[in-house]
Amino acid sequence: MQWSEFFTSSVGKKFVMGLTGLFLIAFLVVHVGINATIFADLFDPTENGAMFNKAAHFMGATVLIRIMEIGLFAGIILHLVQGYMLEAKNRSSRSVGYAVEMGNKGSKWYSRSMGLLGTIILLFLVIHLAHFWVKARITHTLAPVTYNGVEMHDMFTEMKMVFSQSWVVIVYVAGCISLAYHLAHGFQSAFRTVGVHNKKYNRILTNLGLCFAVIVSVLFALMPIAMFLKWVE
Amino acid sequence: MEHYNMNLTLKVWKQKNSQDKGRFETYQVKNISSEMSFLEMFDVLNEELIREGKEPIAFDHDCREGICGMCSMYIDGRPHGPWHANTTCQLHMRAYKDGDTIVVEPWRANAFPVIKDLMVDRNALDRIVQAGGYISVNTGNAVDANAIPVEKDKADASFAAAACIGCGACVAACKNSSAMLFLSAKVSHLALLPQGGPERKSRVLNMVAQMDREGFGACTNTGACEAVCPKEISISNIARLNAEYIGAGLVSEK
Ligand code: HEM
Ligand code: SF4
Ligand code: FES
Repeated sequence: MQWSEFFTSSVGKKFVMGLTGLFLIAFLVVHVGINATIFADLFDPTENGAMFNKAAHFMGATVLIRIMEIGLFAGIILHLVQGYMLEAKNRSSRSVGYAVEMGNKGSKWYSRSMGLLGTIILLFLVIHLAHFWVKARITHTLAPVTYNGVEMHDMFTEMKMVFSQSWVVIVYVAGCISLAYHLAHGFQSAFRTVGVHNKKYNRILTNLGLCFAVIVSVLFALMPIAMFLKWVE
Repeated sequence: MEHYNMNLTLKVWKQKNSQDKGRFETYQVKNISSEMSFLEMFDVLNEELIREGKEPIAFDHDCREGICGMCSMYIDGRPHGPWHANTTCQLHMRAYKDGDTIVVEPWRANAFPVIKDLMVDRNALDRIVQAGGYISVNTGNAVDANAIPVEKDKADASFAAAACIGCGACVAACKNSSAMLFLSAKVSHLALLPQGGPERKSRVLNMVAQMDREGFGACTNTGACEAVCPKEISISNIARLNAEYIGAGLVSEK
C-alpha cells in the first residue's frame, strides 16, 4: 500500500489525529510543568517569578527546543486541518437528519463535540500566542530583567499585567474548560485510534485521561485566576 | 407480567422512493396487546390500512427472532428502540403504555439510501464484506475441525465478533454515520483465527477502502454504536481494526 493511500483513508487520517493529539498532550505536560513554577511565589514571596523567568528563558534560548517548537506548530496545524476535514466529512455523511436525536443515549456530549471544543481551544490559542509568544519570540517587546548578569524577558511581570484584565481571565478559563473536555474524550480516544485494544489498558487509559484532563486544565486555569486575585504577586 | 391492551399514536416516516422528499404521517393504533412484538403492532396497522384501501407502511424484516439483521427501525431516537442489546423484532409492546406516542424513522445515512418508508438499502455493508470478509479454502475433503489449535481467549473473542448480524444500527446511531463497529466485527472475527491468517493484511486494507468508497464517516470513538448494538459488539474491536490497518498499511513493502 502506498503511503498516500494510507494517509488518505479514514483510518489513516484518524491515525494522524491520534498521533498529533498525543504529541500535543506531551507538549502540555512540559508547558504546564514550566508555568507552574509561577506558584513558587506562594512559598517564597521574594522569588518574584525568578524561577519561571529563567525556565522561560531556557526554553527560548535553547536551539533544540526552538527546533521542536517548529514541530509543535506543524503538529497543531496538522491536527486542526485534519480535524476540520474529518469533521466536514463526518457531517456530510448524513444529509437527512433525525427528527428525534439520540442525544446522550449511549455517548457523552463532549465526545460528540470535539470539533466545537477544538475550535474554542483554537480561538483561545490565537489570543494566547498574541499575548506571550509573539511578544517574547518575535517582536521582543517585553521588559528586561537580569539574574546573575544574564538579561532576559520579564515574562512574569507581563503575565501579571495581562491577567489583571478580567476579560482575559474569562477567555483563559473558557479555553481551559474546553481543553478539559477535549482531553476527557481525546486522551483515551487517541490511544484507541493508534490501535491500543487491550481492554485492561483501555480502562486504565480512560481513567488516566480523565485525571490528566482535570489536573492539567485546573493547573492552567489557576494561573490567570491566581494572578488576577493577586494570590501570586 | 400482566397482560394489557393499549392505544397508541404513531408518527411514521413515509417516503415513496429514494427521490421523494418524504414526510411524517400520524396513525392511531387501537387495542394493541402488550404481548405483541413491535413488528406485529405494525402488521396490525398495515392490515387496517389495507382494509381502508390505503398504502401500507413498508419496513424490513425476515427472521423476527433477532438473528437475521433485517429489521431496522429508529424508534424514539434510538435504533432498535429502548431495550438494551435488542433488535426491533424482539422489542415487545410491554415497553409501552396506553396513550404513548412513538416516532419511527428509517436508518439515516447517505450510505443507506431510503428505498421506501422505513426500508433502507444496506447493500453497502454487503459490498464491504465482499471486499474481504471471507477466507479462501481449497475444495476437497473437509478438514477435521480440531486439526488447528485455537487459543480459547481468541476463539471466544472471535466468536463474540462473529455475532454481528449486519443490521447497521451502529451506522444509524453514529453521529458520523460510521460503519466502523460493523467493519471491526467482521475483521476481528477472522483476524483472531489462524484460518484468517493468510489474507489478514489484504482483507483489512480492502475492506477499509470499500468502506471509504461507500461514503460512511470516520470513527471518533463516541461509543454510540456499542450502546445500541443488538449483539453487544465491543468497541474494542474498532481499536483492534485500527491496529490491523496500521500494521498492514504501514509495513507493506509496496
Ligand atoms: C487547536 C485547536 C484544536 C482543534 C481545532 C482540535 C480539533 C480536534 C478534533 C476535531 C478532534 C476529533 C478528531 C476525531 O476524533 O476524528 C480532535 C481530537 C483530539 N484532539 Fe484536538 N483539537 C485542537 C487542539 C488540541 C489540543 C491543544 C490537544 C492536546 C493537548 C488536542 C488533543 C486531541 C486528542 C488527544 C484527540 C483525540 C484523537 C483521536 O480521537 O484519535 N487537540 N481534536
Ligand atoms: S456491529 Fe452490531 S449494530 Fe453494527 S451491524 Fe453488527 S450487529 Fe448491527
Ligand atoms: S427480523 Fe431478523 S433480526 Fe429482526
